[in-house]
Amino acid sequence: MGRIVGFAILLFARFITAVRGRWEGIAPVDGQRIYFANHASHGDFILIWTVLPPRMRRRTQPVAGADYWLKTPMRRFIGRDVFNAVLIDRERENRKADPVAQMVEAIDKGSSLIVFPEGTRNQTTQPLQPFKSGLYHLARARPDIDLVPAWIDNLNRVMPKGEFVPIPLICTVTFGAPLRVAEGETKQDFLDRAQAALLALSPKAIAS
Amino acid sequence: MNMPPPDLVTVLAGIVGVLIVASLIGYTLQRASSEPNAVIENLNDRIQAWWVMVVLMGLALIGGKTGVTLLFGFCSFAALREFATLTDTRRADHWALAAAFFVVLPVQYYLIWISWYGLYSIFIPVYAFLLLPIIAVLRGDTDRFLVRVAEVQWALMICVFCVSHVPALLSLEIAGYERRNVLLIAFLVIVVQMSDVLQYVWGKLLGRTRIAPKLSPSKTVEGFLGGTLSATAVGAALSWMTPFTPLQAALLSFVIVLMGFFGGLVMSAIKRDRGVKDWGNLIAGHGGFIDRLDSVVFSAPIFFHVVRYFWSAA
Repeated sequence: MGRIVGFAILLFARFITAVRGRWEGIAPVDGQRIYFANHASHGDFILIWTVLPPRMRRRTQPVAGADYWLKTPMRRFIGRDVFNAVLIDRERENRKADPVAQMVEAIDKGSSLIVFPEGTRNQTTQPLQPFKSGLYHLARARPDIDLVPAWIDNLNRVMPKGEFVPIPLICTVTFGAPLRVAEGETKQDFLDRAQAALLALSPKAIAS
Repeated sequence: MNMPPPDLVTVLAGIVGVLIVASLIGYTLQRASSEPNAVIENLNDRIQAWWVMVVLMGLALIGGKTGVTLLFGFCSFAALREFATLTDTRRADHWALAAAFFVVLPVQYYLIWISWYGLYSIFIPVYAFLLLPIIAVLRGDTDRFLVRVAEVQWALMICVFCVSHVPALLSLEIAGYERRNVLLIAFLVIVVQMSDVLQYVWGKLLGRTRIAPKLSPSKTVEGFLGGTLSATAVGAALSWMTPFTPLQAALLSFVIVLMGFFGGLVMSAIKRDRGVKDWGNLIAGHGGFIDRLDSVVFSAPIFFHVVRYFWSAA
């Protein structure tokens, strides 16, 4: 059931966005990776998922907020059964599990991950919000895994927050060169570097 | 399903023959060149895309009215998706755009399918053009309002209204040409595509003087003249599949080719303005859907109305 729904969602995503993956800094070949992307819409991980070759897709889990994806039975089904998401608790105060530990566990089981280091969907006029530190702790915990920046372009126009009818517009996902946390690199330096690497993939940055 | 007219089978067989020859030439060229050559690779990409287009067109033409209407409806959808991607529309245009995609487009093709000439020829320029700005204005965002409204209107005009005049050719009633209207579509598409190819070939062979250096650096006067005249000749030679005499077919081809050429220039100007080289990346070697459709877009409505005025009773 999850597979059929997953296929239908991919077909719908292609119909609306004709999405193309542009592998600029890395090839679409097997290997465990952590994709980190800009976050403007609930459909973001679906687009990354769509452009991954099927073999890689099956071994890639999105990391998403449990508060959103467990709210209704429908979301629970899509998040858990269709996309096999690693659901993390975003509220620092009363959470039971440590998000970084959950992600590390998924990696140790052989999965690649899709993470959104901005933490929440970007509704500002800035192209990126400041990164949360989770990406750094994850990179530290598993330093031999490539972190691949993935810029998702245009999806925020397809379905802005609060709208429920998507507008068909062409979207792209651009994958950049992988990075790893360097010896002795501070948390802020690493997060700045990761953020710059992601931003450099946006068409606006390429044009100027 | 009705049997396709026998001439259609001849036409499709002829096109497949031409494509086989083209594929063989492309293959031989690739074998002959020692190192990878961008021009040859591009040529082979194009030939491959033509195969896909011919197979789709062939299936649609054999499928009759429903097949053709569905095919061009899908082309309109893909074209509109490309066009909307390049516009400056924003949050406040969300419902106007949604209406363009999910209401105006299907309604227009439904009207074409039921052959309601009186409504499909004014539905977009009258009803859609007046109603969509109303939907947009209700959001209250007046910033760049005229530009945004104009963009949505042009998108619909180019991608839906004009393209829908290809399947509309099926609704023309021409005495002595009953049930053969699909051949008019084949005629239009062949003349337009041949004109593109022949302009490219003549331009490569003799091209010296650029016709519009700012817009389209590859278009030359020699390519334009050679392509126009030879495509007109091709059109005249195809008069057997149309209700026209050879001279009429030549004149109509000339109009088709001219509209196609200048339509291509207009579409190039829009691309320049938006700072892109291609409309999209859906078809390898061909850019996007609009890159393939741009010459048909401008010639289809004119061809439709000229034929309707002089040949059609209804």
